Amino acid sequence: MRVQERIIEGLLWLSAVITIFVTVGIIWVLLSESLTFFSEVSVLDFLTDKQWTPLFAEKHFGILPLVAGTLLTTAIAISVALPIGLTIAIYLNTYAPAGFRATIKPMLEILASIPTVVYGFFALTVVTPFLQTFIPNLAGFNSLSAGIVMGIMIIPMISSLSEDAISAVPKSLREGAYGMGATRFQTAFGVLVPAASSGILVSIILAISRAVGETMIVAIAAGQQPRLTANPLVPVETITTYIVQVSLGDVPHGSLEYRTIFAAGITLFIFTFALNNLSFWIRKKYQEKYD
Amino acid sequence: MSKKPYKLEARNLNAYYGGFHALKDINIAMEEKAVTAFIGPSGCGKSTFLRTLNRMNDYIDGFRVEGDILLDGRDIYNKDIRVDELRKEVGMVFQKPNPFPKTVFENVVYGLKIQGIKDKKVLAEAAESSLRKTALWEEVKDKMDKSALALSGGQQQRLCIARALAISPSVVLMDEPTSALDPISTAKIEELIYELKNDYTIVIVTHNMQQAGRVSDQTAFFYMGELVEYAKTKTMFTSPKHERTQNYITGRFG
Repeated sequence: MRVQERIIEGLLWLSAVITIFVTVGIIWVLLSESLTFFSEVSVLDFLTDKQWTPLFAEKHFGILPLVAGTLLTTAIAISVALPIGLTIAIYLNTYAPAGFRATIKPMLEILASIPTVVYGFFALTVVTPFLQTFIPNLAGFNSLSAGIVMGIMIIPMISSLSEDAISAVPKSLREGAYGMGATRFQTAFGVLVPAASSGILVSIILAISRAVGETMIVAIAAGQQPRLTANPLVPVETITTYIVQVSLGDVPHGSLEYRTIFAAGITLFIFTFALNNLSFWIRKKYQEKYD
Repeated sequence: MSKKPYKLEARNLNAYYGGFHALKDINIAMEEKAVTAFIGPSGCGKSTFLRTLNRMNDYIDGFRVEGDILLDGRDIYNKDIRVDELRKEVGMVFQKPNPFPKTVFENVVYGLKIQGIKDKKVLAEAAESSLRKTALWEEVKDKMDKSALALSGGQQQRLCIARALAISPSVVLMDEPTSALDPISTAKIEELIYELKNDYTIVIVTHNMQQAGRVSDQTAFFYMGELVEYAKTKTMFTSPKHERTQNYITGRFG
């Protein structure tokens, strides 16, 4: 019996440790490869050059166009997902009858389970042609339709997490507002949303993090042209798209061009790592405020 | 002395949570500017009944009422009655102090603000007068822009009462308002209830028999969803008619 216990304990320990090793390994590869990259390209150039053309004859290694593409698609996605997601959360929490809520919540989750590649060609073959009917100068690849579709994809993330946050507001506060003659609308926006603001903020940050790291939709629908622009109608390239492009292309291993994807990767990692930590910190800091 | 008019009346009131019959044929009439206490063991329906008086149970799935509740002779379950308007007339104080996570000032004027009152002078005056009524003004006048959550439990509860009074209701419902408070805070609230009945009709649910004896003019004893006995508090506590009431108030069960 003792031996069996020890074996099981050992296996559990091992599986916990493996995840740590894998994480450390990934970070190690990212770091060491990008250190080699930065020994050839200065960090200053990387951060300030306005062009990203590592695959061209005249090479520029400015990450800004890729960052701009990423932020643009993310911003469009969030401006679609936040109002819709939050409205859904408030509706489900405050207005919807329990039976309806029980049906609609799992259905929303389906949105999150559609493969992103499906979203990608949906953006390219349905949304873009549709948008072109009233925005004639919209390019075939553009950040607008990729951003909108990405926004639809992350709606359930915002609605679900925000609904959880609103549900976690003590019932006594809700009743306090109702007892003062507040309507449901006044209660939702004047009391519940402010009281749940930290949870809602966390849902938004996680959604941003998801959008920043999203690859398929933008690779398919937003184009592959690194461009420092805020114009949503033209093709752009995100950090993730660039990594896909080079990984699938015929760039020789070990070359400087090859190492650019690690530099791009570590930039992306810093973004998502910071966002996830920020959400973790907010949750920790404000969690017990109303207990 | 002429008899005071009835402020609140329930006629043949039945209430259900789904299939559970929570209130059985309640008939009761409460006097204006008096304190009526509801007592009874847990689950007897006293809180449910209190919450039908401002329709606080409306949002509970499967809850329904039959019969009438009259406020100044008007049926509050009538279709023409707007629930938010009703609750401005019938204020409520809850079991646990539940100030909003806002400043002291914002809490007191919340009810006025949602009615669209923006005039700073009006709001400030209303805040001061409500806080004076609850004897809280001297304690919080320098903390108006501090979070209400920083106040002590007793202060928070008096703040909640002030918040309820700020919208000038004529009835104040109190659902075990002192059950989460220490004895000194409890005494302050009881004193306050005694003062408030000059201006307001008060209905209080309490688990504490002594409290019912101290603060109320009339007492209603509920048991298993029925109103067993309703009488002047003094009468009920000295010579209850029913054996159940007798047993409950002497602490033999409950």
